[in-house]
Amino acid sequence: MRVLTRRRMTAVLLGLGALLALAVALGLLVGPSALSAGEVWSALFGEADGAAADIVLRVRLPRVVLAALVGASLAVAGTLFQALLRNPLADPYILGVSGGAALGGISVLALGGAVGLGYSAVPPAAFAGAIVTILLLFAVSGGAGRLSPTTLLLTGVVFNAFASASIVFLASVAGLVEGAGIFLWLIGNLSDARFEMAGWVAAFLALGLVCALPLARGLNLLALGEEPAAQLGIDVEWVKRILLAATSLMVGAAVSVSGLIGFVGLIIPHLLRLVFGPDHRLLLPAAALGGAAFLVLCDTVARTLLDGRELPVGAITAVAGGPLFLILLRRHHARALAR
Amino acid sequence: MSALHFDSVAVDLAGNEVLRGVDLELGEGEVMVLAGRNGVGKTTLLRIATRMLTPDAGEVRVHGQSLADHGRRELARIMALVPQETSVPFPFSVAEVVLMGRAPHLGLLGFESKRDLDVAQRAMERLGIEHLANRSILEVSGGERQLAMVARALAQEAQILLLDEPTAHLDVSRRLEVLLLVRELAREGRSALVVSHDLGLAARECDRVALLAEGRILAAGPPAETLEPDLLRRAFGVEAEILRASDGTAVVVPRRPPGTGP
Repeated sequence: MRVLTRRRMTAVLLGLGALLALAVALGLLVGPSALSAGEVWSALFGEADGAAADIVLRVRLPRVVLAALVGASLAVAGTLFQALLRNPLADPYILGVSGGAALGGISVLALGGAVGLGYSAVPPAAFAGAIVTILLLFAVSGGAGRLSPTTLLLTGVVFNAFASASIVFLASVAGLVEGAGIFLWLIGNLSDARFEMAGWVAAFLALGLVCALPLARGLNLLALGEEPAAQLGIDVEWVKRILLAATSLMVGAAVSVSGLIGFVGLIIPHLLRLVFGPDHRLLLPAAALGGAAFLVLCDTVARTLLDGRELPVGAITAVAGGPLFLILLRRHHARALAR
Repeated sequence: MSALHFDSVAVDLAGNEVLRGVDLELGEGEVMVLAGRNGVGKTTLLRIATRMLTPDAGEVRVHGQSLADHGRRELARIMALVPQETSVPFPFSVAEVVLMGRAPHLGLLGFESKRDLDVAQRAMERLGIEHLANRSILEVSGGERQLAMVARALAQEAQILLLDEPTAHLDVSRRLEVLLLVRELAREGRSALVVSHDLGLAARECDRVALLAEGRILAAGPPAETLEPDLLRRAFGVEAEILRASDGTAVVVPRRPPGTGP
């Protein structure tokens, strides 16, 4: 009988940790200015200063750290949405929760000045946007247990369209369009990375994991259905409330620093489930490490693919995630038809 | 003292009086089949027993103690339910699904012990699905999935088993196996309330049949007394003929309404 053991869990997480370390090393080594491994090493751990140290510590390091934290947050949020909604196609971006968070954030940027709200109000507003979107999803569907995949996708698509249009509208009204910042919010990017931002994201990621990890076995039981889980002793309503709140915080924080980076929460849990199985005790921490490594790699590609120009990382994740989503959707329908 | 006692249980669902005063006692070590028309409230009764639904009137007692006095996890150690249909969205293996039955016995953190794995293994063996242990629950057949759900309930080691049409997707030999297993569990001291439309086999392997009609228990007694034309007409609204197989098993054959058929 193959089941999750402490040994297997340790081995998998160590492996993914090593993968993340490699991704981070690559992210620090690669960039428009050619730096040797030695220069990067002495910038990080030595006494070096000057241009090389500046590039590593002020440009690449905050960016790599932020990419890792945002990737981890989005992947964990995706895993949690899929478990709570009992739907393998759920993802903060597809559900429109990221869109709601972005709309909340942009509202503050566009209109907050008039009422004295500064940049520090963006994360709370993004969090509020995420929560409102989740409540809206539930209102439309009449409860998490009854969310059909079709309703879910349609609601997400419609809400995303609404959020994007509202973002552009608000930005136009406030005269923010010129700076191209709005474009970057809509597609998601990390070019503005600073260490202060990483603190926010790290705090909410930690909070999310602290809430989610002890409930991981309960999430496994939820796969049987809400009533069967409750009949096995799980307080389903409580678990849902805690984890949806934690998820909104993670998504809100991630979106407020990076805009709409899509599909990370879809791709990572699927790949990991395929390789390591669906047990959430392993899947949740694995998603944190895998999501972090994935977004660091995607962002490195985004920084270096075009010579001298940057691509928004959201374009890279969407190019990878869009086709995968279609494949999954097709498989999902094939399975539904086979029953 | 009865294992499970419904005392004048009544419930309204969306303005419909589904149950209007159900009195029913499941004895310790007893197997009882609960039968009745579709939508008559059989599943509703099981949901009340597992506290998924609170009755508007009446009370349910478990081993003489009110249902409300039991904590959620405590109740899960006493009572296990196999639902009518289960759809699992993720590719858990059959073994992992069966192990989920151990949840009420486990702490918040940590892994299943050797004993938990043994209990799950034995449960799979009793259902004859140990060869499926590492297969994904998404890939096995509907009947095999149902057997896995029964094994999961068995792994729960509960004294009271509630089975909602456990044999609906099973072939005739598997159906017999599951019913004989329930019989055997009853001999070990467990009690089982089995919702079933199988008035032949299920009735033969049970101690009593309870007929639910119009929100009340119409009759509850040994199969020979409850499976008779008058009661079946009142429970199901059909004229039925009761044939006897050579071992005495009742075979219920509904008659066609006049003027229909070839």
